Amino acid sequence: MIGVNRKGEVWVFAEQHNGRLEDTPIELMSKARRLADTLSVKLAAALLGDNVKDLAPKLIHYGADKVYLAEHPLLGHYQANSYAKIIYDLIHKYEPQIVLYGATVTGRDLAPRIASAAKAGLTADCTDLQIGDHKVQAGQLHKNLLFQIRPAFGGNIIATIINFDRWPQMATVREGVMPMPEPDVTRRGEIITEKVQVTQQDLPLEILLEHKRQKKVNLKTSRIIVAGGAGVGSKENFKVIWDLANCLGAAPAASRAAVDLGFIDSDHQIGQTGTTVRPNLYIAVGISGAIQHQAGMSQSQKIIAINNDLEASIFQIAHYKIVGDLNEVIPRMTKAIKSVARE
Amino acid sequence: MNDDGTVNRSALPAIFNPEDLNALEMALQIKNKFGGRVTVITMGPPAAAAVLRDSLFRGADDAVLITDLKCAASDTLATSYILSCAVRKVNYDIVFCGRQAIDGDTAQVGPQLAEKLSIPQITYVEELVELNGNSITTRRNIGAGWQQVKTSLPVLLTITSDANEPRVAAAKRMMRYKNALTPLELERKIKAENTAVNEADIKKLVEHKRSELEEKALLIKQWDLDFLGADLSWCGRSGSPTKVHRIQSVVLAAKESKNIEASGEGIADMIHELIEDKTIK
Repeated sequence: MIGVNRKGEVWVFAEQHNGRLEDTPIELMSKARRLADTLSVKLAAALLGDNVKDLAPKLIHYGADKVYLAEHPLLGHYQANSYAKIIYDLIHKYEPQIVLYGATVTGRDLAPRIASAAKAGLTADCTDLQIGDHKVQAGQLHKNLLFQIRPAFGGNIIATIINFDRWPQMATVREGVMPMPEPDVTRRGEIITEKVQVTQQDLPLEILLEHKRQKKVNLKTSRIIVAGGAGVGSKENFKVIWDLANCLGAAPAASRAAVDLGFIDSDHQIGQTGTTVRPNLYIAVGISGAIQHQAGMSQSQKIIAINNDLEASIFQIAHYKIVGDLNEVIPRMTKAIKSVARE
Repeated sequence: MNDDGTVNRSALPAIFNPEDLNALEMALQIKNKFGGRVTVITMGPPAAAAVLRDSLFRGADDAVLITDLKCAASDTLATSYILSCAVRKVNYDIVFCGRQAIDGDTAQVGPQLAEKLSIPQITYVEELVELNGNSITTRRNIGAGWQQVKTSLPVLLTITSDANEPRVAAAKRMMRYKNALTPLELERKIKAENTAVNEADIKKLVEHKRSELEEKALLIKQWDLDFLGADLSWCGRSGSPTKVHRIQSVVLAAKESKNIEASGEGIADMIHELIEDKTIK
């Protein structure tokens, strides 16, 4: 456990697998940069692995001032015990005030283990982070705390969590909720090589097999998304979603209801248990707009909602509301798009 | 919701967290195949005993309720500390947890509990591949793909909903365990049934009934923090570094919105507008 350290840096855990940086630490960088600037402290990345030093300049290009580099042959494969031990030691050595992790499978495996050892607070799955003040009822004011903002209870409420005494302030952040920053290859920073001790005792797990599969669709980078819901009616009729997506060069997606009904593979699912997206245009077809779905798409620049139910809650967040039969509306949209393409 | 932003759990019905059912199911399958005892532990208000009875209906051998007002306002760190005190009182080889709960869905208590017990963890387990003496192999979901991971016991596993189909309560077991009670429930029941009896006699009655239940293995264990020997500074509010700053209801609304006619013309106008502002290229 470390105490309040106002001079402490802001850290991001630089998750990498097989020498490839994950998207989440990069997404975290622009937000973490702003937090560090607000607090007038340095932004650092904690990079662990075997032979990963090539990734350090990349982290600096995305906004880090410093990279703490911990390389060891036994750190080649992520394990909770070994990684937690090293980050725990680094935290106690440098006393950062904030440590952020992506809410990936690895981040959610690692961060709680560190929080438990460090007896520090940890907030899961944040969708936003800010710096602000907290007044305790007795009147004491805690300035410049990390506001850890996350949906709770199925997304019906937004909770802001703080941690004012036992630092570091730690949070995992949902994938895809923060935009990827553009790298600045002229940025310079400091790479600090850490000497670390890792033994077989720190590696209780043996990874026998690993099978990685590519997701069938990359929703996070799609500029336009066409998503269908239960209202599309059947797997056969879901073809209208694919057709409209093809015609727009968009990614086909779905609500959880449509995935559960077997209309489309779960790789396409948008929402709290699926992917979070922020495209330029989101077309919601036959989606009622449960709060869990909205949590994954409400940050879209423009939203078109097509539904035959005027009361559907998706209309509350739509920029363009079309009340009608999707089987009539979509062909009209396709026709309009194609006619423009011909002009 | 309480004034400090924590959840008033006594006001909520006690439900079995869905992925905890998957965790229980995997434990029961291992028990059926390899033997052993399954002990279910929960921390919560007295009403959480209902979930423990449900576990007994489904096949658990033993049930423990950790209940104490001093547990209130525990965050995941304090919760994992309290659970670790309880788990240490039980002889265990494998600790099963659901991957995450449906209220906070933090997925933090499992790994934190493993750390407190100084044992390894395997999270996101979707299949038990092999259990052979002291060694266990599981398949875990790693998002886009899976990993087969082997380790030796003791270990803590967090189980996902893909792992299995939880069994339902067995009718025979329901008949047997519907009368399983915690000491607190027993006391309340006896008091309600014997309103005219004096305090001392009630006490005797409770003691008698209690040993009767114990003999029939129908007594749900009830442990408080004192019994657990827990350090109170690590429990409840004082043991919880995270605090609630603010709670807001979600209001999502588009800034500007237009009603578009479902006619060919209305839709064509909208498409034109989206091309003009370069939303569609």
